[in-house]
Amino acid sequence: MKIHEYQARDLLASFGIPVPPGKMITSIEDAAQAFKAVTAGQTTPFAVVKAQVHAGGRGKAGFVKLTKTADEATEAARFMFTNRMKSPQTPPEGLEVKKLLVAAGVDIADRPTGGKEEFYLAITVDRTTRRNMLIASREGGVEIEQVAHDRPDAIIKEPLHPTLGLLSFQARDIAFKLGFKGKQVNQAAAIMSGLAKLFVSKDCSLAEINPLILTPPSTQFPDGQVIAIDAKFSFDENGIEARHKDLKDMADHSEENPAELRAQKFNLSYVALDGNIGCLVNGAGLAMATMDIIKHHGGEPANFLDVGGGATEEAVTEAFGIILSDPQVKGVMVNIFGGIMRCDVIAQGIINAAGKHKNPDGSIGFKIPLVVRLEGTNVEAGRKLLQDAQSKLPTLQAGIDLTDAAKKVCAAVK
Amino acid sequence: MAILIDKDTRVICQGITGAFGAVHTKGCNNYGTKMVGGVTPGKGGTKDENGLPIFDTVNEAVRKTGATATMIFVPPPFAGDAILEAAYAGLPVVCAITEGVPVQDMIRVRAVLDEMNAMSAMPTGSSSGKPVRHQRITLVGPNCPGVITPGPKTGGGGSSSDPYTNAGCKIGIMPGYIHTHISESKCTRGKAIGIVSRSGTLTYEAVWQTSNLGFAQSTCVGIGGDPVRGINHIDVLKLFDEDPDTAGIVMIGEIGGTDEIKAAEFIKAHVKKPVAAFIAGRTAPPGRRMGHAGAIIGGADDTADAKISALQAAGVSVALSPADMGSALLKAMKLG
Repeated sequence: MKIHEYQARDLLASFGIPVPPGKMITSIEDAAQAFKAVTAGQTTPFAVVKAQVHAGGRGKAGFVKLTKTADEATEAARFMFTNRMKSPQTPPEGLEVKKLLVAAGVDIADRPTGGKEEFYLAITVDRTTRRNMLIASREGGVEIEQVAHDRPDAIIKEPLHPTLGLLSFQARDIAFKLGFKGKQVNQAAAIMSGLAKLFVSKDCSLAEINPLILTPPSTQFPDGQVIAIDAKFSFDENGIEARHKDLKDMADHSEENPAELRAQKFNLSYVALDGNIGCLVNGAGLAMATMDIIKHHGGEPANFLDVGGGATEEAVTEAFGIILSDPQVKGVMVNIFGGIMRCDVIAQGIINAAGKHKNPDGSIGFKIPLVVRLEGTNVEAGRKLLQDAQSKLPTLQAGIDLTDAAKKVCAAVK
Repeated sequence: MAILIDKDTRVICQGITGAFGAVHTKGCNNYGTKMVGGVTPGKGGTKDENGLPIFDTVNEAVRKTGATATMIFVPPPFAGDAILEAAYAGLPVVCAITEGVPVQDMIRVRAVLDEMNAMSAMPTGSSSGKPVRHQRITLVGPNCPGVITPGPKTGGGGSSSDPYTNAGCKIGIMPGYIHTHISESKCTRGKAIGIVSRSGTLTYEAVWQTSNLGFAQSTCVGIGGDPVRGINHIDVLKLFDEDPDTAGIVMIGEIGGTDEIKAAEFIKAHVKKPVAAFIAGRTAPPGRRMGHAGAIIGGADDTADAKISALQAAGVSVALSPADMGSALLKAMKLG
């Protein structure tokens, strides 16, 4: 799950991490007022107007604009609200922009050694050590993967204690290593501690501030102020599901695949892919393996779909609806090894799905090839149900085993 | 012999009155597992449909039933606490079946378990000068099918008085009947295989294939699909390698994390028995979660291809198709 930049800023602020003033707007008319509000007190006012979409490539598409007056901000807002954003990461028809962030511009102090005082700060779960890992670098504002690749010594890594979190001395130590001086040290350390608390208590899987910057000295901050300019979060879905209804409600589903959304409602784990063979499988490992074996025999899977262990007939019927809603799908492979899942439930779900499926010509039932491989709990009952329903399932073929089923479905869509 | 669990393992179920807990307690009972009770806070003093006593706390259940293992079906937000309750009660084998446990909970749980296990390894530990009481705790899961040590089939299975196997022990949700005991006539090769896997249904697939090739299974361990979990491939490989009843090993991994890479190094350095492997997710797109919370490709080392290469370099017979796990095993054992 991802959240928008304006939400990420609010989250940072709620953990005491300073961010420049900003306002989320939903109409062109609000832009001028937002510009005035966020730039109040600036000697040379400027603000950045940014489209709130998850897809990348905003800058190049003209959906991030530096503005110096309220009129410029209004113009930027007009452009973003009335045009669809198109980038290599959006669908070809582009995305409709519904929300903008107007954020105060911030001056970044010059680094004595050249460049600007921009830093990178993130926390992620390190599976190898089973610890939350803080990652920091003096090379902020750029692709951190590139830094890590080119100059691994420019990356600082510090594990968080599993129950105590980030200790104060660790945060100070990193602040010194990043080159902060004087009053900047405690500011930076406080930001790290805040981010660590946020990460754990909100069940993040990634919390990233890039860039974290230092402003030039001012009367209020004689050593400059350390501020988070942009932030990115992703969350552990198990954590969100278990205890963060507030975060779940923050999710904006408008950019997600509609079939994946529909699957979520029925607790089906579905990922759309590019091929033409639909897959319906129980268990994540077997579902991945089914994709693999289809590819192994020269086919292309259209999706990953795990119906899970506790699925009902209705969920199976729905799963079929989701798979067949993809116009690319030319054949379906069902691969079930019943454990908790009973083969007769799957079989009945298939029969019900066929009875509900409406073809473009108005007829009912499956017209595309269907290969079913059943094994495990109640397999005999499941097979019998399918056999008895043969007249309703004219395109059904039984797969004797995994290879047989994969070969049959690959041959059928050729 | 087998590993982790056997006919003498006495099992309780945490979350015995929940829908899944009740169904699978019955399933394990009917398989022949020595189910001795269950725990649901607030329902202590009652009995479940199999006549098993229900307790309020794990500690009480252990004291009154002599349980040595637990099967956890507690809902995700409370599963971490349930694991630690079992550990504090001194249960040496903890199988957490629950799917959806938050990663942050598992980071804390693992840290506590690791600390308890480190203390149990010390000669004396407690401040009173008495030795620390508990034994080493083995956590299996969460998000796993559990552990099974098959027993010889009896043909029953309707109830605990008419169990499906004699002396089998199933702790979890796997279909018991697909497994083969070494004494069965189906086991034409007279050898038992150990299976360790991150995936449930793919384990059943491996059991099925090895059974059809005339092998029995010594023990099958589902270590679970979560990024932070209890025992890993390496821990189970070590147990199988030391187990006299296990003649060969099938290891099933998937994309995400680097455990299989470490397992490959371990196999190369230590494992003397033949190993076959399959890695799921060769065709998975990077950056997308494939059902399991742990199955997501991040770096270069956690792709299926990187894991396959590492295993092959360690002399493991790797099946490139999931249908070939059995034949890869034959190759590893120089039988095919």
